Amino acid sequence: MSTQLLFGFIDLPLLFALIIAMGISLYIILDGFDLGVGILFLWDRKPHEQDQMMASVAPFWDGNETWLVLGGGAFYGVFPKAAYIIFPALYIPIMLMLFALIFRGVAFEFRFKSETSRPLWNWSFCLGSSLAAFAQGAMLGAFIQGFTVQDGAFAGGYMDWLTPFTVFTGLALMAGYSLLGATWLMMKAEGSLQEKAFAVGKPLMLALGACIGTVSLWTPLMDAHIAERWFALPGFFALLPVPMITISLGILLWRSITHKNEVKPFLLTIALFLMSYLGLGLSMWPYVVPRSMTFWDASSPYDSQLFILVGVAILLPVILAYTAYTFYVFRGKSNTHEHYGP
Amino acid sequence: MTAEILSRIQFAFTVSFHILFPAFTIGLSGFLVFFEIMWLKTKKKTYLDLYQFWSKLFALGFGMGVVSGIVLAFEIGTNFNGFTKSTGNVLGPLLAYEVLTAFFLEAGFLGIMLFGLNKVGKGLHLTATTLVAIGTCISAFWIIAVNSWMQAPSGFILKDGVFFTDRWMDVIFSPTFAYRLTHVIVASYVTAAFVLIAVSSYYLLRNRFESFAKTGLRVGLVFAALLAPAQLIIGDFHGLVTLEKQPMKVAAMEGRWDTMAGAPLILFGIPDQKAEKNHFEISIPKGASYLLTHNINGVVHGLKDVSPADRPYMALVFYSFRIMVGCGIVMVLMSLYGAVLLLRRKDLSRHRVFLRLSQYTLPLGFLATLSGWYVAELGRQPWLVYGLLRTKDSISPLPQQAVMISLMLFVTVYSILLLCFLIYSAKLIRKGPGGDLPHMPVDNPMSVRTPQGV
Repeated sequence: MSTQLLFGFIDLPLLFALIIAMGISLYIILDGFDLGVGILFLWDRKPHEQDQMMASVAPFWDGNETWLVLGGGAFYGVFPKAAYIIFPALYIPIMLMLFALIFRGVAFEFRFKSETSRPLWNWSFCLGSSLAAFAQGAMLGAFIQGFTVQDGAFAGGYMDWLTPFTVFTGLALMAGYSLLGATWLMMKAEGSLQEKAFAVGKPLMLALGACIGTVSLWTPLMDAHIAERWFALPGFFALLPVPMITISLGILLWRSITHKNEVKPFLLTIALFLMSYLGLGLSMWPYVVPRSMTFWDASSPYDSQLFILVGVAILLPVILAYTAYTFYVFRGKSNTHEHYGP
Repeated sequence: MTAEILSRIQFAFTVSFHILFPAFTIGLSGFLVFFEIMWLKTKKKTYLDLYQFWSKLFALGFGMGVVSGIVLAFEIGTNFNGFTKSTGNVLGPLLAYEVLTAFFLEAGFLGIMLFGLNKVGKGLHLTATTLVAIGTCISAFWIIAVNSWMQAPSGFILKDGVFFTDRWMDVIFSPTFAYRLTHVIVASYVTAAFVLIAVSSYYLLRNRFESFAKTGLRVGLVFAALLAPAQLIIGDFHGLVTLEKQPMKVAAMEGRWDTMAGAPLILFGIPDQKAEKNHFEISIPKGASYLLTHNINGVVHGLKDVSPADRPYMALVFYSFRIMVGCGIVMVLMSLYGAVLLLRRKDLSRHRVFLRLSQYTLPLGFLATLSGWYVAELGRQPWLVYGLLRTKDSISPLPQQAVMISLMLFVTVYSILLLCFLIYSAKLIRKGPGGDLPHMPVDNPMSVRTPQGV
């Protein structure tokens, strides 16, 4: 086949592993900040500040959540054999996440249209965001700890996902999203709300730092392969920059919060997330189902991947461009006077 | 109940809930584009009012569609992993394209459409509204491509229970695709038109927002009078291709058990799956043969052609089909009645008989859409991919309690959501246009700021 000749030198499964990794990281950062704002929502009971918090994410959340749907759709098309194992194994946390996302999503619509029942939708927004963050973190933990697989099918129990480690990763992601949300508010909010965002920044940073540190030590203890990858020579020196850069970013972030920079903390938190994500990626490489299926094993045939690649190559830049444009249109401080309707 | 049945009920329930919202928002987004164009062209405040009012209901419906749609994207993987493994190579890419070409477009420009009129120029804002409307249709394009392939697959190679693609064009444009896509999109425009008609009639009966409601009613009626009769014809074409590709589905729709020449058209009956016959049958001699083969002595196939294990459950398909057609006929009659009144230059806002009747037409489009989907999906059983992959071979081996609990949660949560949706929609409708929400800017909406000097 001519396309095979033309594209044969490209390792499509590898390329898609990278594309999906990029999609997931975009999701974590983008939906991370609006889920984070949701988690912080009830810290502040002043209606005016709550309006400001919600208005700061209202034009974005739907687009942000779309990256999650892309992850689901692309996974099924690119790595169907892995989807076959992972989706049922994570049935319960996926369902928890979906219910949580429902409650947080409808809160955007219902809260502005309600009067007497508004406190109810405040709770729905906050608990929905918190549970969604927890479920995602727990799923990440479950992915790291691996699944019981036999003959290419999930053979474990449906509560395997729930262990002390996954509870910890769930809480860790909640802390991480909260920091993203707080730094987002440092940038988008004004007045007393911005002050509060600066005030919670450092405690959240300490919590997140403790979480990253703990997970970094816990995973090699749990898994000899990961320990070997990070601590055996010469890999140790090759990978040393990862923790070094992460720590430096943490210091820069701390100082930018001290100096009350408005934009820098958000960008540095994103960088911190990307480094943690890279660290995890290096631990898990090249497995899509840890220790039993690499992304080469899980791939759909060349034809299917090439067909998706054409779409991705053309459309992803366009999507990124208009997503950036939306952020540009709603740049600056968020305005509570712009609710539904022109 | 087994986990298999529970997974199927759960998917049926969640997808039924979801379809109610796209069924309305695909069409409504088109009306919004129309209102905005008319506003920019005529500068009449009525059109701006129409745009603003209906975009609030659109936002509500769209939000519900988004949150209930994400559930489906994951449920295919969690509850039907046999389906993902078997069809992932063929259908996965189509779903990925839906996200890439439609979801991002809708989500990206929805923010500008709902919150951005004061931030971008009018032209750009109209572009955003238009892109959202186009996005909803592109989304329907891919979802219908997937569904049509499941109904009448083409362009594939089947090896050891796994589908591989032979030709992508044949996968996307499978034999029933064009009919189904047209049928579904027109259905949504008709549904939205009747919501417009019903709400406008409600206002006119109460002498509220006269100019707003008169224009809304007229626009709704013109679209309905053109599209509702067209839908009947599109549906007929869709039925003929179904007869060719899925004869057993048509047999279930018609209530036909035995294959015969000169078959009667069964108007009503109570199908009995065990006894393989209908009770209390009322029929028109030779009617079915004439409708399906255009020959009064044509042969019409019945369910007994295939073994009981390969038959859909007739009663559900049979009743759903009658509900769909019934709603469709009422909508055609109402739209023609309104069109005749319009053509004879009657003042509709004073025609109380028409208004009183038409304010009750609001649920008809939803009911017809939902029952239409039941005909399509229940009629496809016992297959997920018609004739090739059985539903029972596609189900994830989940523990029964887990699915039972998730199903009960879906029923509870979705009931609450639907109730809230109805309450807030009713509140918006009672308040009417111009009754802005507490946080709306109070300055004159005609004087739109354009910061970039556009």
